[in-house]
Order: sequence, then structure tokens, then C-alpha cells
Amino acid sequence: MMMLTSAFRDSSQVTKLITLIQTVADPLADKWGRPLQIMEVCGGHTHAIFKFGLDQLIPKSVEFIHGPGCPVCVLPIEAIDQAVIIAEQPEVIFTSFGDPLRVPGSKKSLLQAKAQGADIRVLYSPLDAIALAKNNPEKQVVFFAIGFDTTMPGIAFSLLTAAQQGINNLRFLCHHIRLMPTLIALLAGEKVQLDGFVGPGHVSMVIGANAYQPITERYRKPLVIAGFEPVDFLQALYQLILQLAQDRCEIENAYARVVTAEGNLSAQRAISTVFDDGVDSQWRGLEMVLGSGVKIKECYQAFDARQLLNSTVLPQSSAEIKDPDYCNAVLMGKLKPDQCPLFRKQCTPENPRGALMVSGEGACAAYYYYKGT
Amino acid sequence: MCLGIPAKIVAITDLANSLALAETAGVQRQVSVAMLTLQGKTIESLVGEWVLLHVGFAMALIDQEEADRALGLLAQMDPDSQ
Ligand code: SF4
Repeated sequence: MMMLTSAFRDSSQVTKLITLIQTVADPLADKWGRPLQIMEVCGGHTHAIFKFGLDQLIPKSVEFIHGPGCPVCVLPIEAIDQAVIIAEQPEVIFTSFGDPLRVPGSKKSLLQAKAQGADIRVLYSPLDAIALAKNNPEKQVVFFAIGFDTTMPGIAFSLLTAAQQGINNLRFLCHHIRLMPTLIALLAGEKVQLDGFVGPGHVSMVIGANAYQPITERYRKPLVIAGFEPVDFLQALYQLILQLAQDRCEIENAYARVVTAEGNLSAQRAISTVFDDGVDSQWRGLEMVLGSGVKIKECYQAFDARQLLNSTVLPQSSAEIKDPDYCNAVLMGKLKPDQCPLFRKQCTPENPRGALMVSGEGACAAYYYYKGT
Repeated sequence: MCLGIPAKIVAITDLANSLALAETAGVQRQVSVAMLTLQGKTIESLVGEWVLLHVGFAMALIDQEEADRALGLLAQMDPDSQ
């Protein structure tokens, strides 16, 4: 199988796919009088494009719009503020994946709160929070539950496991978002001009290829699901461009070794057991995205960390505390990160001005690390 | 955080709780395979299989035949005949 991984990185196949892409994309861009605009939805793809230098290889006739697919990058300031307030409570052990720690809040980031003494720990898996709760019965363990549909089943499953085992000192601060309402909001808002999507491989392994039907049917945009190795990604891009050239509009799956048509049903069941969806949710850098959020169901309220906020007044996220407007423009595909005047100057991964620079999967951080100086 | 990684299931560590040992590039860690066993797979049948891991959970089996098929199709494509 490791042989297979290397096969999906084979440079001769990469070269061949680049040629194929160019052969189809160049005449089409000529005909249209503009480059083909492709949105890669997933931050993992943004990362892969730069890590493997694909941006250098892909012909000029194809232009990428880096979509809003990094959940850390769109985490609202309020979410960080809530996390900090909870983490600073003396009886709380606050746990999180590593990525959100440096995201600026209105007063401070979680990393700053940690430096000031809050008990904040980075975990690899929400399952580790269960063990932590068991080992610290006198503490409240809180897990920062963020991410798209890929992360939700793990959180849901961990919550259900805790419920089953009668653990009563574990809670989740839930700021998940779901991919499909997000894509639909993007398309319905008609704010971005795009010709098709490279679909996210790992969200798709949960929700399944069929879930994208509304995008082709209602909005007439083709979508091809891609894996994360260079050959995976280019293969999907080639199939997508072929669809555009042949005036087809379909869901195709170029990552069938992992993604099935109906996805992981038990993961979907865990999500729908624990979460109510369709909650309007504020995104960093974008306005309200209707129906993209979720909340923990009434019957699992005991596991909802928002209760720990009840008596606290949230800091007003006042107008002056927000990310620079450039971030919004990058998220909407209107500006490339290196066109932002703050890029690499006032805004760096060590000292991020906006969330897009924080996470390794953020478009600005990907440009920073891989696009030279 | 969003990225999944391929790993090989090498042993079952806790049958009752669907925990298994998964290995990636020589590093082993305990992961939950519950999301696969609930899909109708027996836990024992997972040993030796490649899975896609995400935040401590095996979320999908990696289908070797599909991988071979994709590579086979690619091998047949010829840029010169386009
Ligand atoms: S470089 Fe910084 S300020 Fe500019 S768009 Fe990116 S994250 Fe925002």
C-alpha cells in the first residue's frame, strides 16, 4: 500500500496529467477569453497545491480560487472569546486540536490564555478527552469542537461514549460548520465567479458523493472529488476541465478508493443523533452563513459547554476588533494572499493578523510557507 | 486538523470498545474503529486492512482494487492522442 502512495506521487504521471490538463484547458480559456476558475473547497487541497508545487505546473489557463474550506480560518472571534472565558475558569481543563490555539480573539488567543496560566492542552483526538475526564474527576474537561463534517462524527461518537459511560465532567464547546450549506450559500450569494469545484476528499468520505447533487442540479456547477496526493488532485482537475470542455455538469469521484456514493452511514448517524443542524452561523470573514451551523441536541445539554458561559458576560466583539478586510477578499476569491498589503509584512504565521495566516491549511499560510519570497 | 492519513490496522486492542492499533510510517497509535464496525464490518476482519484515519477514528477503508483501477486508467491515458 505504501507503494500505492508513491504511485500517487509519481512524477511521470504528474507530468502526463499536466499535459492533459493543458491540452484541454488552453483552448477553452481562449474561447472564453479568460482563465477557467476552479474552487478548491478544502484547505487540505490548498496546502497540497503549494506543498507539491502544483501551482508552478498548472497552466495559466486554470486559476484557483481558494475556498472557505479551512474551519480554523472561518472560526468567529466570538468562538475564541467563549473558549478563552471557559479555559480561564479555575476548575476547567480546556482541550483542543492544536490549530485553533493561535487564532486571535477579541482580547487574546488561547495560546496567550495558556501563557497566563489557563490549563489548556492540545489533544490528538476527542477520545483522549474522555480519558482525561476520567482521570480528573474533580475537574471539568471541555473540548473545543470545531471543524467540518469530517470532524463531527468523532466528536459525536466521543460524546455518545461519554454519555454511555456516565461521565459527567466532560463538555464540548461546539462551533462546527457543515460543508453543503456553506457551498450553497456561496453559490446562492453569487459573490464568487467560478466554473466548478474540486470536491473535498475527507468531508466526502463522511457525507458521500451523492450529497453534492444540489450543486450540479440547482447551480449547474460540476464537482469532482479529489484525494490529497498530487496525482489524485490533478486527475480530479483533469476530469473537471474535461467536463467543462464537453459542457457536462456532473458529480464525479476521483477518490473512489476512499469515498463512496453514500459515505460513512454510521458516521452520519452519529452526527444526526447528537446535533441539530440548520443553525445560522456567523463566520469569520464572511457574514452570516444561513443554516451552516449545528448545535448539541436538547437531550445532550449536559455535555454542552455553553452552560459554563451562563453567568458570564461575553466581551462585545466590537467593530474595531476584526480581521483586516483583506482576509474577507481572500476568502471570497477576490484577492490572492500575496496581493494583501499586510502579507509577509505585518501579517506572518508568528504574528497573524487574520485567521487565514494561522492554520497551516489557511490560504495565506500556504502561500507564506511554500511560495518563496 | 482536517487531514486524514492512511494507516494499517495491525491489531485489535479492545474488542468491547472497538479499539485497534494503527500504524503509519512506523508509528503506532490506538484508534477507534467503531465507525467501520458499525458499518457491518467485523472488527477482526479489519486487521491487515488500510484505513483513512481522522482525529483518532478510522473513517473509511481504503479500497485497494479501486486504487489499482484508478492507476490503471491513468496508465492508459495518452496525452498525444488528445
Ligand atoms: S495576509 Fe493576513 S491580513 Fe492579509 S488576507 Fe492573509 S490573513 Fe488577512
